[in-house]
Amino acid sequence: MLELQNISYNAEDENGKKEILKNVSLKVNDRFVAITGPNGSGKSTLAKVIAGIYTPSSGRIILDGEDITDLNITERARHGISFAFQQPVRFKGITVKDMIKMAANKEISVAQCCDYLSEVGLCARDYIDREINASLSGGELKRIEIAMIIARGTKLSIFDEPEAGIDLWSFNNLINVFEKMHEIIKGTILIISHQERILNIADKIIVVADGEIQNIGTRDEVLPDILSSAGTCHVLTDKM
Amino acid sequence: MLTEIQKRLLAEVADLKAAPKGAYNIRSDGESAARNTTENINIVTKTDKPGIDIIIKPGTKGEDVHIPVIISRDGYQETVYNDFFIGEDADVTIIAGCGIHSTGCELTEHSGVHTFYVGKNAKVKYIEKHYGEGEGTGERVMNPSTVIVMEENSYMEMETAQIRGVDSTYRSTKATLGDKAVLKIGEKIMTHGRQSATTDFEVDLNGVDCGCHVVSRSVAKDDSKQLFISCMNGNNRCHGHTECDAIIMDNGNVAAVPKVNANNVEASLIHEAAIGKIAGEQLIKLMTLGLTEKEAEERIVNGFIS
Ligand SMILES: Nc1ncnc2c1ncn2[C@@H]1O[C@H](COP(=O)(O)OP(=O)(O)OP(=O)(O)O)[C@@H](O)[C@H]1O
Ligand SMILES: [Mg+2]
Repeated sequence: MLELQNISYNAEDENGKKEILKNVSLKVNDRFVAITGPNGSGKSTLAKVIAGIYTPSSGRIILDGEDITDLNITERARHGISFAFQQPVRFKGITVKDMIKMAANKEISVAQCCDYLSEVGLCARDYIDREINASLSGGELKRIEIAMIIARGTKLSIFDEPEAGIDLWSFNNLINVFEKMHEIIKGTILIISHQERILNIADKIIVVADGEIQNIGTRDEVLPDILSSAGTCHVLTDKM
Repeated sequence: MLTEIQKRLLAEVADLKAAPKGAYNIRSDGESAARNTTENINIVTKTDKPGIDIIIKPGTKGEDVHIPVIISRDGYQETVYNDFFIGEDADVTIIAGCGIHSTGCELTEHSGVHTFYVGKNAKVKYIEKHYGEGEGTGERVMNPSTVIVMEENSYMEMETAQIRGVDSTYRSTKATLGDKAVLKIGEKIMTHGRQSATTDFEVDLNGVDCGCHVVSRSVAKDDSKQLFISCMNGNNRCHGHTECDAIIMDNGNVAAVPKVNANNVEASLIHEAAIGKIAGEQLIKLMTLGLTEKEAEERIVNGFIS
């Protein structure tokens, strides 16, 4: 179980201090948890705080009863947190196979590596030896990013807008990917998304607005609210 | 008989564990230690200066030539001239390289001057590695100089690497391209400590529809310094592209001095240079996979220049 206790995060910009997360507290212990909310509301920041990329200005983070607030990125990764970036990173000279192997953290066969890629709908043969550089398209990169999280197979997986840039055809497969991942790992999958279809599979939905939790509850409790509220609905339709 | 040190040097610079197949010449401390020629490839010792002529018959296909140089004598210094005559329509791979093992305090140096005459329609792949080792305080210096003359519709690919152990290097490559000739150069350099490396490319794109593509990737660590100089002269309808991509770490320093010189309105010349430290987001990504910062750094650097 992941628990955030009174998390705040401030960033410095030209106008001085800016409060990006304000006293966020939540507990997640479900299969699928969706985080949604307007652009710039603090969703990615929240994910980065959980992964250890940002250090909160105050508050504690507890994972399965252990306080992990002071652990760095590497230690949190080793404690079972995975994070698929909203904007995947490119590397010159590192191949898709290298990355998947690093993610799996063990020697895996080319066949296993291919399995992970097939899950995200990439024809493995065409990809395993390609460099993760500028020659890959945005959608291809997003899929590889997801394959890496599957290869890691940790108890907490965070996906930051996994559907962005993924074509409609693959969208259903993406949902299958999450369902299969849960079947195998039995952990928690936390998905930041603006897509109604992703919110539809969530056991719990968290709505973040202006750095605060505006609403949290089951799909049935929260979804009707989102769909009827003009502001958020606007964001949802814009993204679709 | 080769000593263990000599064998290791050979493995480093030429990936050789035993005598290679095909034509070869192994130069060790200034002597020709072993040589083999084939029906199509002849190797002849020069009579006027140190070095060899490598003569490849027109139409030779799929043969390799190995010409490694190893130096395991402290303080040994040499300049060697190797000329390659690659016949029309030939398609060959040439593997050169130099390894120095030094244990003393004297300067050890190898300067190889390689000249390639690439005949009409010929295809050459040229691989060159430079490597130094040993506990000696004496400087290990390598100054390779490559001259390339390409005839009509010829193609040459040059891969050059210097990853470890060379204290100072000045690498000069000068090429002249005829009609429809294509030259591709890939360079990988890593320096550390107080090492310094300069590479200097000068390409004359003389022929119609000829093209040259230079990609240099380098890493400068500690207090090392690198200078990348390139000059492309577009003298005809042609295309030229240079790309200098460098990672600097610690107090490393890399400077790129590109010159693109279009003397013809149909010449299309591009230079790109990107120099900087390892991107923070690359380190973060690998750390989220469970690597430590140090491990992440190593992976990124190794990938970059491997
Ligand atoms: N390092 C930073 N310095 C200054 N401001 C920042 C920094 N990181 C994020 N912000 C700001 O914090 C706010 C929240 O950003 P965040 O990326 O978390 O939003 P988001 O909810 O993920 O948005 P989107 O839906 O567009 O992805 C934004 O206003 C952003 O500009
Ligand atoms: Mg975001």
